Amino acid sequence: MAMSRAAAAVRQRRCGPLLPAARSMASWFGHVERAAKDPILGVTEAFLADPSPDKVNVGVGAYRDDDGKPVVLECVREAERRVAGSTNMEYLPMGGSVKMIEESLKLAYGEDSEFIKDKRIAAVQALSGTGACRLFADFQKRFLPDSQIYIPTPTWSNHHNIWRDAQVPQRTFAYYHPESRGLDFAGLMDDIKNAPEGSFFLLHACAHNPTGVDPSEEQWREISHQFKVKNHFPFFDMAYQGFASGDPERDAKAIRIFLEDGHQIGCAQSYAKNMGLYGQRAGCLSILCDDEIQAVAVKSQLQQIARPMYSNPPLHGALIVSTILGDPALKSLWLKEVKGMADRIIGMRKALKESLEKLGSPLSWEHITNQIGMFCYSGMTPEQVDRLTNEFHIYMTRNGRISMAGVTTGNVAYLANAIHEVTKTN
Amino acid sequence: MQNTGHITMALAVDASRFEGVPMAPPDPILGVSEAFKADTSDLKLNLGVGAYRTEELQPAVLNVVKKAEKLMLEKGENKEYLPIEGFAAFNKATADLLLGADNPVIKQGRVATLQSLSGTGSLRLAAAFIQRYFPDAKVLISSPTWGNHKNIFNDARVPWSEYRYYDPKTVGLDFEGMIADIQAAPEGSFVLLHGCAHNPTGIDPTPEQWEKLADVIEEKKHMPFFDVAYQGFASGSLDEDASSVRLFVKRGLEVFVAQSYSKNLGLYAERIGAINVICSAPEVADRVKSQLKRLARPMYSNPPIHGAKIVANVVGDPTMFGEWKEEMEQMAGRIKNVRQKLYDSLTEKDQSGKDWSFILSQIGMFSFTGLNRPQSDNMTDKWHIYMTKDGRISLAGLNLAKCEYLADAIIDSFHNVN
Repeated sequence: MAMSRAAAAVRQRRCGPLLPAARSMASWFGHVERAAKDPILGVTEAFLADPSPDKVNVGVGAYRDDDGKPVVLECVREAERRVAGSTNMEYLPMGGSVKMIEESLKLAYGEDSEFIKDKRIAAVQALSGTGACRLFADFQKRFLPDSQIYIPTPTWSNHHNIWRDAQVPQRTFAYYHPESRGLDFAGLMDDIKNAPEGSFFLLHACAHNPTGVDPSEEQWREISHQFKVKNHFPFFDMAYQGFASGDPERDAKAIRIFLEDGHQIGCAQSYAKNMGLYGQRAGCLSILCDDEIQAVAVKSQLQQIARPMYSNPPLHGALIVSTILGDPALKSLWLKEVKGMADRIIGMRKALKESLEKLGSPLSWEHITNQIGMFCYSGMTPEQVDRLTNEFHIYMTRNGRISMAGVTTGNVAYLANAIHEVTKTN
Repeated sequence: MQNTGHITMALAVDASRFEGVPMAPPDPILGVSEAFKADTSDLKLNLGVGAYRTEELQPAVLNVVKKAEKLMLEKGENKEYLPIEGFAAFNKATADLLLGADNPVIKQGRVATLQSLSGTGSLRLAAAFIQRYFPDAKVLISSPTWGNHKNIFNDARVPWSEYRYYDPKTVGLDFEGMIADIQAAPEGSFVLLHGCAHNPTGIDPTPEQWEKLADVIEEKKHMPFFDVAYQGFASGSLDEDASSVRLFVKRGLEVFVAQSYSKNLGLYAERIGAINVICSAPEVADRVKSQLKRLARPMYSNPPIHGAKIVANVVGDPTMFGEWKEEMEQMAGRIKNVRQKLYDSLTEKDQSGKDWSFILSQIGMFSFTGLNRPQSDNMTDKWHIYMTKDGRISLAGLNLAKCEYLADAIIDSFHNVN
């Protein structure tokens, strides 16, 4: 495409003198469109740009302390002190840190899991939850090419991106019940029953993102049973173990139920929230196999998928995880700290609900304390959210999702008041 | 629903979903390390290793890296997610290092840079981008090349073909063949070039040959795609090792460049690198960057912080940057020394008059010895020297003390084995 003199002149003004051959060089990338901004990140950007002293960021998907500051856990700092300078930086094996994987499996499957003893679990260190899901999706595409994935409505938006880029067809299943702000259990069970036998389902093990709505233990048992009847494959995304209830064993209950029922599961684990290791990208993907031989084969294939993506996973986060979980005292400290985070969030849920009730809100806010984990699906409309932002400088995603991690004793009253203002005429 | 009791494993009748999953083939290079470990001979030498070793044949963390980590510990920064494109200070530093901080393309905002998972991750992002936006294009890769290149393009579903590169007769570059194959490829192909220290051969084009390559690539409207895994590690000079890339950029071409800090900063396990796309205009770079982000998000969301902070700290502090350059010169220097010693030993011991100077003209961690498969086997079986079957040795795994022994082995294998 020849450039007109006018266009060249514009280009010259904008970019400075053209390099000798550039004027004859059309860009290769003329057809590459600008990608839409990530909806969640856009919220933080807008928040940062807002000069108001009252502004509140409840869009953020990372834990904040009661002063609204990011937190690095004490156990993490201590682990970092211990590992500094103590090891070389040679490549980890393709499957990642053996120690980290061992400890991750104990967390997810149980310390005394027979599956661990029998070496039936194919497991690799992964790039946090995203990387674990992506490895599994790619594995599905390669070895189960006729399969598809059932994803709950709604879910973390990146789930859709992951399975789409892996070229695995997606379906959805009912999950959230807007009227009750709770679980659409009947709809969910129907979709499970109606899905073709042997379908793959993505389940949030605890603290569903973005709704905070989890099945009860009884409901999980029924789901598990129906999965057995239909021979469905359960893939658990567990991004909040320990962070939801404060007790990692309790948060893994759904997984344990399925394991007891004889399911062979897949599981993505992330240490982003429960250990505050967000940017370190520490996670694990595991798949329960028939036997040790199969586990070795499956693991070898997961490694084959990882190799042309990033060769081997990053070390630092893995060192932190294995140092903490491998040392009883540090692990104890971690358990205390993760409970502290969960308790603060649970406390804020209570405070927000009570504040709204005190303000005389005509609506029910039970769901704030019924829901669990980092997020609360408030039930507010996009228009109400816009009002919160424009009138009150409160930032959240337009689906009405509140990140409880961003709520503090300092802002809960302000937040409650604002929510009341925009919803009182509902 | 009649029976709501738990169904035990004994009653479950599912056929295994994973029965059809075969064992993946063993990693060829890993196999070398394992065989080396199992060998009990005192004479054994591991020349398969792809990571730098000191003169004592030990792995090492650069002093400047230890300093940076100590600094980071003291600063006690948080571990928040990086943006999808990575750590801003790292991205700036890496583009500056690659192109030179005062490069007009940087000043003009024409470079799209994403921090990614070392060289592999950078190549994979680029490959995914190529598949999405240039689905009919082919990538041309050298014969031979790093084993994982083919895996990356295969998994990204980008077709590739090879251009001639290594000439076994001269144990040097088949430049005529290389030019001919690049010329013969369909217009608009992506040409994968090793910026310096070609892996596995150690054979790099001369500056004049780079100019000719740029001529042909420009003429055929191909896209140059550089893999820069050894900047600073090859010659000891960051600028010199980037000269091939800068030559192409200076011509006004759009260029892809994948970078890695695994070797030059010894950050192997932290997976730190970058994909750079030099574009014709800033708004093009903007669009390209946005689409690279869209590819990265469903792969890993955002890249790991630790390695990025180390690089940014080292490059951002003049003292540490100076120390890094010194340590890099030392690493490159040690490799040059063993090359010299090996050459001297070979020339001294070999009575046949064979020209071993390719050892000196090759550069970087690896060398193609010109030994064929049975000869390479002899190196291992008789001499306990471990290398890959293509005749590649890693100079990083060699020290001065072992050069004579290695020379004996090479001479024996070359002359006495067919």
